[in-house]
Amino acid sequence: MNSDGILLKIEGVCKTYAVPVLTDISLEIKRGEIHSIVGENGAGKSTLCRIIAGLVKPNSGFMTLDGIGYNPESKRDAERHGIRIVMQELNVIPTLTIAENIFLTDLPNRFGYIDKPTLNERTQRLLEQIGMGDISPDTKVSELGLGKQQLVEIAGGLSKQCNLLILDEPTAALTEPEVKNLFRQIKKLKEAGTSIIYISHRLEEVMQVSDTITVLRDGKLIKTKPALEFTLDEMVRLMVGRELEVISHRKTASCNNLLMRVEDVSAPTGVKNVSFELMRGEVLGFAGLMGSGRTELMRAIFGADSKTSGRIFIKDLDNPILIKNPSDAVRNGIAMLPESRKEQGLFLPLSVRVNITINNLKKLCRMPAVIDNSIEVNESELWRKTLSIKSNSTEQKVLELSGGNQQKILLARWLFKDCDILIMDEPTRGIDVGAKFEIYKLIYELAERGKGIIFVSSDLKELMTVCDRIAVMSNGSLAGIFNIDNWSQDKIMSAALSGYLKGKNFSNG
Amino acid sequence: MVDMINSIKIKQAVTEYLGLVIALVCLIAVFSLLTKYFFSATTFITIANQIPSAVLIATGMTYILIIAEIDLSVGSVLGLCGAVVGTAIIKWNMPASVAICIAILAGALCGLFNGAISLKWKLPSFIVTLGMLEMARGGAHALSGSQTQYLGSKIDFVASASIYGLSLPFIIAIAIVIFAQFVLTKTVFGRYIIAIGTNEEAVRLSGINPKPIKLAVFVFCGLLVSLAAVIDTSRFQSANPNAGIGFELQAIAAAVIGGTSLMGGRGSVISTFLGVLIIAVLNSGLAALGLRDEIKRLITGAVIVAAVIVDYYRTRIKVNQK
Repeated sequence: MNSDGILLKIEGVCKTYAVPVLTDISLEIKRGEIHSIVGENGAGKSTLCRIIAGLVKPNSGFMTLDGIGYNPESKRDAERHGIRIVMQELNVIPTLTIAENIFLTDLPNRFGYIDKPTLNERTQRLLEQIGMGDISPDTKVSELGLGKQQLVEIAGGLSKQCNLLILDEPTAALTEPEVKNLFRQIKKLKEAGTSIIYISHRLEEVMQVSDTITVLRDGKLIKTKPALEFTLDEMVRLMVGRELEVISHRKTASCNNLLMRVEDVSAPTGVKNVSFELMRGEVLGFAGLMGSGRTELMRAIFGADSKTSGRIFIKDLDNPILIKNPSDAVRNGIAMLPESRKEQGLFLPLSVRVNITINNLKKLCRMPAVIDNSIEVNESELWRKTLSIKSNSTEQKVLELSGGNQQKILLARWLFKDCDILIMDEPTRGIDVGAKFEIYKLIYELAERGKGIIFVSSDLKELMTVCDRIAVMSNGSLAGIFNIDNWSQDKIMSAALSGYLKGKNFSNG
Repeated sequence: MVDMINSIKIKQAVTEYLGLVIALVCLIAVFSLLTKYFFSATTFITIANQIPSAVLIATGMTYILIIAEIDLSVGSVLGLCGAVVGTAIIKWNMPASVAICIAILAGALCGLFNGAISLKWKLPSFIVTLGMLEMARGGAHALSGSQTQYLGSKIDFVASASIYGLSLPFIIAIAIVIFAQFVLTKTVFGRYIIAIGTNEEAVRLSGINPKPIKLAVFVFCGLLVSLAAVIDTSRFQSANPNAGIGFELQAIAAAVIGGTSLMGGRGSVISTFLGVLIIAVLNSGLAALGLRDEIKRLITGAVIVAAVIVDYYRTRIKVNQK
């Protein structure tokens, strides 16, 4: 089906935020091909797509479209050039109808009065294309399931003539028949001459649907070749990287003193029957792809979200403790550093002092319920020094501090609380290397003092440096727990992908 | 170290109040120059007698605004509590002290209702208290048969009592302001409500249940409103079922002039008190100028908007001073 005509040529594209996200990417998208991009979390797939779709500007490099320089100013500009993107996050407006959502930027109208028959007719045609012909264009999007909402988004992508359609993880929320239907549609589009860039974690899907596959790793293009020449094993190996670095792992303490047992935890957020144990003095890592249920599991254990089943044992290993909300968890000695520190952890306009002491105020009272000023100042100053938080004083507002220092403030809050179990969800995301190592050091110290630490991270190398064991989540379930003696990046990556394969296994090299 | 931090805190407090105090002094100066009779003991005694109920309501409103909620029902609840006092004394022949206790209970229950309903079903307090605004007003009319009940000397002991020339209501109001400011700045509870207003989810994920704290704030506001109702009933020696119409807006205006954020997390009872004073001085000053009521309202409204704009720049400058 491939013609030789090249639609989009990307040359030497680089993008750097705090660290390089994309380095020197050169890629050709042929006319009428399905080109998949695969890679681990943070490999740069989404950034690359966003650059092509005009949402992000590259720092260097250039693109040509049909041989003419292409440098989109905005998403709209890209759309004018016939390039459209359907993004991972839902972008629909639930209170509007399907038709209104799809044609939001281009509603057929006469002097502002919406031409409903035309609108509905056009929508009907699109819905039939994606196999939703039995649903009325007048249906409110909020009445649809998540998968169908995603399909509406995709229909939006199809709504206008385009030369290149980018689909960033479109199947995450879709059911099997919906995926099949989508593929049929994609193939039809391809036959009509549209090029498609397709991103997915589901490698089988990728192999099934693509003409060409590109593997990205750490922002670099590792390999591009026809899909038929790839095997699953090879893809995984390339995604993870063969060159195994020398990893300076900390000395694992012998930890066989059980601290917490989690049994059969399920949650409406997509966590399915997860059980594991945490030892005293252990750092237990949690790996997994984006959306694999790591954060959701931690939130369920901590009581931040409700659970549908599951028992948690601490200390008394015969009687489970009841955790209905975070205050139950904290009372039982569990602490959690939430995934997004700004939204869920910090009081940004308030001072360092207030942020550190918030859940320890009772320790600061000389009279009941009255905070003793000098005790509070001294305590918060002590923690500021201990964790070397860089701020003018304890009175500086947290919003003025860097990400690393903000994270340390949250750590200080929980260290002050002195919980036995510390759950850390992506504690090093978006912070600089120096602060990262300070946080690792703190984790080691805590482990040495007999605390149990759960460390969730998308950075596999980090997990392999810091943890004693690594649990791997995949598609909401626990796919396996690896010890230091038997883990490898390949094995962990395979486990992380396993939940998305349909019962098939492939060897892991 | 503690000394250094304390000096930082004092500096923050001074900058916080200085603007308001200057505005207040300027207003007094302007009115004193423009009119013959404004700058006199009589004026200030009149103001001191007028403001206690407004101060109490605005104090409750400040707490509510700090937790990022709103209470639109305060004016109606004041009317209801007044009607309870009047009805209890006139129709049920109760002693004034018992009537006052029942009224205070009624105010607390209204606050409890507002808080419990909006927390239980996660409803915006704007809507719930809007409903309460109607219900409480309806209740006030139902109890009193839509009649103003004259109580005469049966209740005037509250407002007429005075210590060192200061009326009892004024002393109560000042005491409540000091108490509320102390709770807000020095106690665990106060810290919690500021934190809740800043980031409720972060409070919850720190292991503190925000709901009982928020409920307590609603009840506290209801209590203060009932106290204001008792004071007003005593001052007018009568219970008017239409008392308190529009008080919610005055209370919000006072809090906002004092720099309380409608988005929650920021506010000070002292500043709100200064806000009440500014509105009161403005009102009596404009009256002393002989301006008609409609002009007074135009100017007062403009001052409220101006105060918010000034506050916008004040907070922006602070953010920019990194």
